[in-house]
Amino acid sequence: MKGPAEAGHSGRGSPEGGHDVENPRFEMRGIKKTFGATVALDGVDLSVRAGEVLALVGQNGAGKSTLMAILAGALASDSGAMRIDGRRFTPRSPLDSRRAGIATIYQELSLAPHLSVMENILLGMEPARFGLLDWSRMRDTAARALAELGHDEIDPGARVETLSVAAQQLVEIARALASGCRVLVLDEPTSSLGRDDVARLFALVRRLKAQGRAIVYISHFIEEVKAIADRFVVLRDGRHAGGGDIAAATPDAIIGMMVGREVADLFPRSPRRRGAAILDVDGLEPGSATFTLHRGEILGIAGLIGAGRTRLLRTIFGLEPVRRGHVRIATYSGACPPDERWKQGAGLLSEDRKAEGLAPGLTVADNLTLTRLDPFGPAGLVSPARQHETARRWISTLGIRCAGAAQAAAELSGGNQQKVALARLLHHDVDLLILDEPTRGIDVASKAQIYALIDALVADTPGRPAKAVLVVSSYLPELVGLCDRVAVMCRGTLGAARDATRVTEHELMMAATGAEAPSSAP
Amino acid sequence: MTARALVDRGSTLVGLVLVAAIFGALVGPQFFAPANLELMARQTAIVGMAALGMTMVIVAGGIDLSVGSVIALSTVVIALLLKGHRGPWAAALGGVAASAICGLANGLLITRLRVVPFIVTLGTMLVVRGAAKGLADERRIEAPATWLNDLLRSGAHGTTAILPPGIWLVIGLALLVSGVLGYTRFGRRLFAIGSNERMARLCGVRVERCKVAVYAAAAAFAGAGGVLQFSKLSVGDPTVAVGLELDVIAAVIIGGGSLLGGRGTVAGTLVGATIMTLIQIGCSQKGLPNWVQQLVTGGIIIGAVALDRVRSARS
Repeated sequence: MKGPAEAGHSGRGSPEGGHDVENPRFEMRGIKKTFGATVALDGVDLSVRAGEVLALVGQNGAGKSTLMAILAGALASDSGAMRIDGRRFTPRSPLDSRRAGIATIYQELSLAPHLSVMENILLGMEPARFGLLDWSRMRDTAARALAELGHDEIDPGARVETLSVAAQQLVEIARALASGCRVLVLDEPTSSLGRDDVARLFALVRRLKAQGRAIVYISHFIEEVKAIADRFVVLRDGRHAGGGDIAAATPDAIIGMMVGREVADLFPRSPRRRGAAILDVDGLEPGSATFTLHRGEILGIAGLIGAGRTRLLRTIFGLEPVRRGHVRIATYSGACPPDERWKQGAGLLSEDRKAEGLAPGLTVADNLTLTRLDPFGPAGLVSPARQHETARRWISTLGIRCAGAAQAAAELSGGNQQKVALARLLHHDVDLLILDEPTRGIDVASKAQIYALIDALVADTPGRPAKAVLVVSSYLPELVGLCDRVAVMCRGTLGAARDATRVTEHELMMAATGAEAPSSAP
Repeated sequence: MTARALVDRGSTLVGLVLVAAIFGALVGPQFFAPANLELMARQTAIVGMAALGMTMVIVAGGIDLSVGSVIALSTVVIALLLKGHRGPWAAALGGVAASAICGLANGLLITRLRVVPFIVTLGTMLVVRGAAKGLADERRIEAPATWLNDLLRSGAHGTTAILPPGIWLVIGLALLVSGVLGYTRFGRRLFAIGSNERMARLCGVRVERCKVAVYAAAAAFAGAGGVLQFSKLSVGDPTVAVGLELDVIAAVIIGGGSLLGGRGTVAGTLVGATIMTLIQIGCSQKGLPNWVQQLVTGGIIIGAVALDRVRSARS
């Protein structure tokens, strides 16, 4: 058997000193996975040895989640092989994977909140005598598992919902250990932890490593990866983009591998002229945000998932309460509910098309026109004929592919659904477009179209005042290509906006991952 | 409209024709005699009236279990007002108003306490029933005879109308509700709330206000159903219409409404209510025992939903 898979790439020639250099405990080779026309993984290799922490890093959408889903048995790969301790391993379900000794701790914990700690730890393998639960043995086993983690302060009898998030995570890890896992996968384990809890978690990971467990650690945060991992693998666009010994790699080099290629020429840029201020945010909490957005301008917000960007947009739009600070849209000051925001000429495009962006069961026409039904009839009446006529106009303007205005939104493709959601803002003719991940999960052709559309809205056109756009995106080329200014949000704090023509993806990624302290707002 | 949409919308009607054909064959041509048809219309009127409001509630993604109790309360209020020498108009409006207040309470409890409508209306179902019984002192309340008693009687006052006035009332209000659902901002917003409440909120729909309005309206329709119920009984009865809410909900579901919200039509609901009446009357005229009738009705409800599942899975 060959050496670690990374050796073929940029990590060549850096065998680790103190570790077991024998066969890997777990190994993936040539993993491929496609969803329709989208290639999610294109021949990914990865291996981790006993007593080693392997960091898996990459931008959002690089393929980390897909890779983990395959590892956890939730998805089947199209081709490629996995081995545990040299034996071929082809999980057909998450249960198969668990039985083989792979335990995954997801960001969203999967515990039964109403049950006790011990019941959760021993769920599915409760000790029983004559069909009755053996509570004392259960308590002992759970207490032993927790002590093994060095956290015997957690009461096995406590109800899980009464514990802190950090303690709940420990319970989940204890469950993984009690089930005898050989490979422990931690998916963004620090995303909801405070600083002290992170330190305790790291101590635990080192302890598990010393016990000879193989650990895959997924994170966006470069400084965390530097602190905890032995080796790393970078995924980019579903491919292995580099990896090697963590000690030999600088944060800069790792980020370089994550970001990769240059911006494709997808982004038209019409002449823009900065007009009057339309959105003024001052010391807004949550988000610690201070900025001003003008007509004829696109302001981007970069950052990692969970950094608080969506929350900031929702707070501006009145979907979440303002805790402190000030928002002004055009001439309207103060916190307002969404219906007022629409009246003030602002519109929000949700990041979550299915859950919040569209009503899947309703027609394209209903989805498109819901915020502004008054042109379709007097005194609260709506003429479906006129509503559909308007919808048909937008369908042809934006090239939305559908059977007609009466088709249910659910039957459209992702890209076309997104165009419907965006057309809602255009139909409402808002002056301020607040766009949350406007191109997530849609095909390249639709993306290009949406970029052109956004650019046209802010272009300096005679006879029509330019609009203003505030856009959150996890796709850095998009922000750099589209925006005039970009601000970075890191761990709930928005930094100062930088000139998009002079900032690089690399710098944005550094700020977003906390590798560079984000410059504070002026 | 595509051919499939037509088939989807028409399938309840096909069900009605099928059920009618089966009982027509079983009972004989007298099943379709004008007098029998009118009997069916009268039987359907109360459930149909309450189901108009329930359609709106279910379209908005809610449910109202209190309508049976509200109908009983309405009959009691009407009887008490008539006994207190109020005119029939005042009595009927009083019954509807008392019902609307119950609905307002439902709406406010659901939106303010953020408790699911099933639980809130399960509670108010008991509370309103209790209130009706308390108000009536646990007795039927006799009331002086007025034209209210003739609402469901054919040929009253020697009118030449084809149907009793109560039926016309149901038809008129059905057209109204159908119009509200299809042709008003309020109606389109109810569909939006039922289909995706988070989206509706994002789009500036004042979800809470709409919900309160829809529960109040639904209870008002139940109250109007109470007027018809009073007309049938000619007394105020606090123990009437127990479990009727299930018939009302079943009518909406058979008619293509979805308990997940966002779907439902007035025409479908009325057809659904009629199907249930056909089964009842058909079974009793054929001399089939009550248990057969229940088996068939239950089967139809499950069949309607199963058909709907198959349809939505295909799309």
